[in-house]
Amino acid sequence: MNRVFDRIGRVFLRLFEQTGLWFRMLWRTMMWAIRPPFEVHEWLRQMVRVGVDSIPVVFLTAMFTGMVLALQTYNGFQRVHAENFVGSVVALAMLRELSPVLVGLMVTGRVGSSMAAEIGTMRVTEQIDALKALATEPVHYLFVPRVIAGILMLPLLVILGDALGIGGGYLVGVKLMRANPVIYEQNTYQFLQMKDIWSGVIKASVFGLILTLTGCVRGYYTSGGAEGVGRATTNAVVSASLIILLSDFFLTKLLF
Amino acid sequence: MKEDPTISLQHLYKSFNGKEVLRDLSIDVEKGESVVIVGGSGTGKSVTLKHIIGLMQPDGGHVYVDGQDLCCMKPVQLNRFRQRFGMAFQEGALFDSMSVFENIAFPLRRHTDMNEAEIRRRVQECLEQVHLHDVDDKRPSELSGGMRRRVGFARAISLQPAILLFDEPTTGLDPVISDVIADLILEMDTTLNTTTVTITHDMKVAFKIADRVAMLHQGQIIEEASPEVFQESQSPIVRQFIEGRADGPLTEIEPVVQAHIPSAEER
Repeated sequence: MNRVFDRIGRVFLRLFEQTGLWFRMLWRTMMWAIRPPFEVHEWLRQMVRVGVDSIPVVFLTAMFTGMVLALQTYNGFQRVHAENFVGSVVALAMLRELSPVLVGLMVTGRVGSSMAAEIGTMRVTEQIDALKALATEPVHYLFVPRVIAGILMLPLLVILGDALGIGGGYLVGVKLMRANPVIYEQNTYQFLQMKDIWSGVIKASVFGLILTLTGCVRGYYTSGGAEGVGRATTNAVVSASLIILLSDFFLTKLLF
Repeated sequence: MKEDPTISLQHLYKSFNGKEVLRDLSIDVEKGESVVIVGGSGTGKSVTLKHIIGLMQPDGGHVYVDGQDLCCMKPVQLNRFRQRFGMAFQEGALFDSMSVFENIAFPLRRHTDMNEAEIRRRVQECLEQVHLHDVDDKRPSELSGGMRRRVGFARAISLQPAILLFDEPTTGLDPVISDVIADLILEMDTTLNTTTVTITHDMKVAFKIADRVAMLHQGQIIEEASPEVFQESQSPIVRQFIEGRADGPLTEIEPVVQAHIPSAEER
């Protein structure tokens, strides 16, 4: 019985420890972000990596999600003769929920993992120590450009995802299900408000922060050679995905 | 009157997961001196070196560099203070996302306001100092072990530091290249007039480059002398280490290590 409590206690201690560590690193990143030198070149390089290079993945994810959403809702709504609302449902679902979350999760898999692996490898090959020895704070040089890239690029990717998802839904609704194009389009816009768009964009920024910072922190605290790097990479993806899904609920509650 | 030591480690203690690595370690390094710390694997040599540059903080004791206590510094202050150091890492620890040129230019770009032409000139100077040519555009992965270390040296000296630290500069290199690297350290030490601390278990290198050799054993300095005197030391531990014998007081601690092995198997 004691052992069970011991285990539970350990899990909770670790959870609190990791949460504390995450917020401490967030604080340090914020403090270093406002200190010169500003490595603009490095910032841009990371923005390309997080943003531009993720376009193909976002393209496919958002497009097909919009398409399948239209297909599913059309089938369901037909039963209650509400086919006309397919456009609204697709637009609302994509803008408010699906685009930010799915883009967040896909970019976590693509970018968060590679950041953890990269920084983890730098840790086990002493490159992090070398940075410090060269009077360069790793949080300043490694964390800041990546986190800023995440915060700035995710909203752009989400806006792209919004457009593609709605476009995909339109294609399926109009071309495949033979809905009236004018009515479909009208219904897409009719019930939308500006806050549907910006709430998704704000979510995206927060997810961008979460996935890049988690990747960096996991990589930074890597120990134990190649195996450690592997573990850090997996941990980065799993914990960033979980934090994104949990925070999504609270953000939605807060923003609506 | 004798000058204050450039580096002064005073009564350092450091443990990892309950295992004591440094136990009341004290050593002074005078300005311009070349000190080599020798000792077996796992005796805390690297840990000692990392304390000198503030990459690790001691559990107890003080690290003074140029009269300032590293342990009391704020992270930002410590970060700036490290510009006085040049550290060459065991495997070079070059940034593998950058070319050789970018590696050496990295500290110059960050900490000086040199223009591109001046940076280019300084990088060439540093590469000449370590006798390397035509490697600017190469990636670290394209270099041999000896070359990687030399590039590491070149990067360490680019900001013209007053203190140079070498972490196992010859480990894993063949005897000829080891000797070349030792000559290079000696040359850098004299031409750049730096205070140098090297850790190694290569006695040949130690005797070649040191003004003073210190032996680290079980987290303490047990012998400290000029190379000539050190070579004649009568301490059984030092004798065993210099002669590289398998039997002696150094290997008697093995039962302690073995006692830990069963617990490793339990996992």
